[in-house]
Amino acid sequence: MDNIREAILTTIEKNSRIDLNELAIRLGTDEISVANALESMENEGIICGYHTMIDWDKTSIEKVSALIEVRVTPQREEGFDRIAERIYNYPEVTSVYLISGGYDLLVSLEGKSLKEVSQFVSDKLSTLDTVISTATHFILKRYKDHGTIMNTRTEDGREKVSP
Amino acid sequence: MRNQLSDTIVNIKPSGIRKFFDIVAEMNDPEVISLGVGEPDFDTPWHIRDEGIYSLEKGRTFYTSNSGLMDLRIEICNYLKRRFDLQYDPRTETLITVGGSEAIDIGLRALINPGDEVIIPQPCYVSYEPCAILTGARPVIVNLKAENEFRLTAAELEEAITPRTKLVILPFPNNPTGAIMEREDLEAISRVIIEHDLMVMSDEIYAELTYKGKHVSIAQIPGMQERTLLINGFSKAYAMTGWRLGYVCGPAGIIEQMTKIHQFAIMCAPTTSQYAAIEALKNGDDDVEEMRRAYDQRRRYLIHEFRGIGMDCFEPFGAFYVFPSVQRFGMTSDEFATRLLKEQKLAVVPGTAFGECGEGFLRISYAYSIESLKKAMGRIREFVKTL
Repeated sequence: MDNIREAILTTIEKNSRIDLNELAIRLGTDEISVANALESMENEGIICGYHTMIDWDKTSIEKVSALIEVRVTPQREEGFDRIAERIYNYPEVTSVYLISGGYDLLVSLEGKSLKEVSQFVSDKLSTLDTVISTATHFILKRYKDHGTIMNTRTEDGREKVSP
Repeated sequence: MRNQLSDTIVNIKPSGIRKFFDIVAEMNDPEVISLGVGEPDFDTPWHIRDEGIYSLEKGRTFYTSNSGLMDLRIEICNYLKRRFDLQYDPRTETLITVGGSEAIDIGLRALINPGDEVIIPQPCYVSYEPCAILTGARPVIVNLKAENEFRLTAAELEEAITPRTKLVILPFPNNPTGAIMEREDLEAISRVIIEHDLMVMSDEIYAELTYKGKHVSIAQIPGMQERTLLINGFSKAYAMTGWRLGYVCGPAGIIEQMTKIHQFAIMCAPTTSQYAAIEALKNGDDDVEEMRRAYDQRRRYLIHEFRGIGMDCFEPFGAFYVFPSVQRFGMTSDEFATRLLKEQKLAVVPGTAFGECGEGFLRISYAYSIESLKKAMGRIREFVKTL
């Protein structure tokens, strides 16, 4: 991977809201090169999306998240792919991972309430053919997510002026 | 009543930075944002802090050997070898000090006889001149020039040398200008230094924060290692300012004498910091590189902004300072900085805090997030519009 691409990715990974001109200045290059690099990385599927990290707990909108471990019988010819697809197609499902260990898939879900999430698991998830069992874990507190610590100290503790 | 104080110390001018700091403190205004710090905004990387905490849990709270933990000295020599291709003996040529600051102080005390001349290129860090004066040395100031990108030239050095010159202090990468000395620059002054058989105190605390190729230490130049005290530390590269840890490497005979002073005056550098520093050297290369890249981006951003405002600024390739000129506004640095503070609530340090030749310049630190820098640049732009 060439330097400019890598520099762009490391910079925007934590801060996707940066404008092209600023990015170009910070990386010591021009806007066109940056725009082209971004576009080609998007096309190649290296950049898959630009999301925003929100702490919903601080808003009035109710959200409940859960992590569900799912055990499945893998399908002939398709392994886990097909069952994963059936699960991730649901918009409530925010991530699906194939994992090593006692369970096969790790699914994360978001709903408006405990009841809604539980209902989803019992109605939609557990009932899929090939799902053998599920174990649901509700997220009680988010300390760090996507590389961002949720409650970082923001004040600058340094003396205002120093040599 | 008798005169209670040392005349020497009373006659040393108080730090220009201190004066400005007091003005800021007096304003006591939470709206004031500062671009006046000389320390990183990053926290010490967690794995380093963790190691320090662990060493406390393990009860490692005793004195270490005066010279510092052997493991640390070994790691430092390994580091200097792998980063700068320098070979030093951890046993006899390395001393762990309380920051680079202590190394500067005891280095001068070990080398100077009263009346010796010490060449100090300015603008530079505030400590060299006072520490030199305290040893009875006579500081000889060389005023560096913007047109030379504030690098020390062989001609300037030659002109400052007299039969009494003992030592040249080389602070590069430089605080406050951000200037670096590249290999050719160092080779040129080395010729002069060797010819006049001078000693060098090379303060390389910002060595890792170099943005044009790799830092070159003067100790790498043939004929120089035997006459150079190489001072470095953990404050800037590893964001460990408060840990107070630095080191000096140099010829065994000098290190021995410096260790003697250190033994009597300090005993040893903080033990917790030493253990943390071992971890830093072993596993901190990536952290340093990440911080360096972040500084580099901010540096580019600031240069772009200052030139956009029309404030002349040479491109600095080291440390985390930008040194723009305010000459075109017909004000002194002090006036500009004071008005900027009062009118726009932005604190920057006038160049004069670092030497008389800093007149007409400001030191702007970029040890701040891009967001803070944007805010600050907005205020400077507003201020300049009113001029």
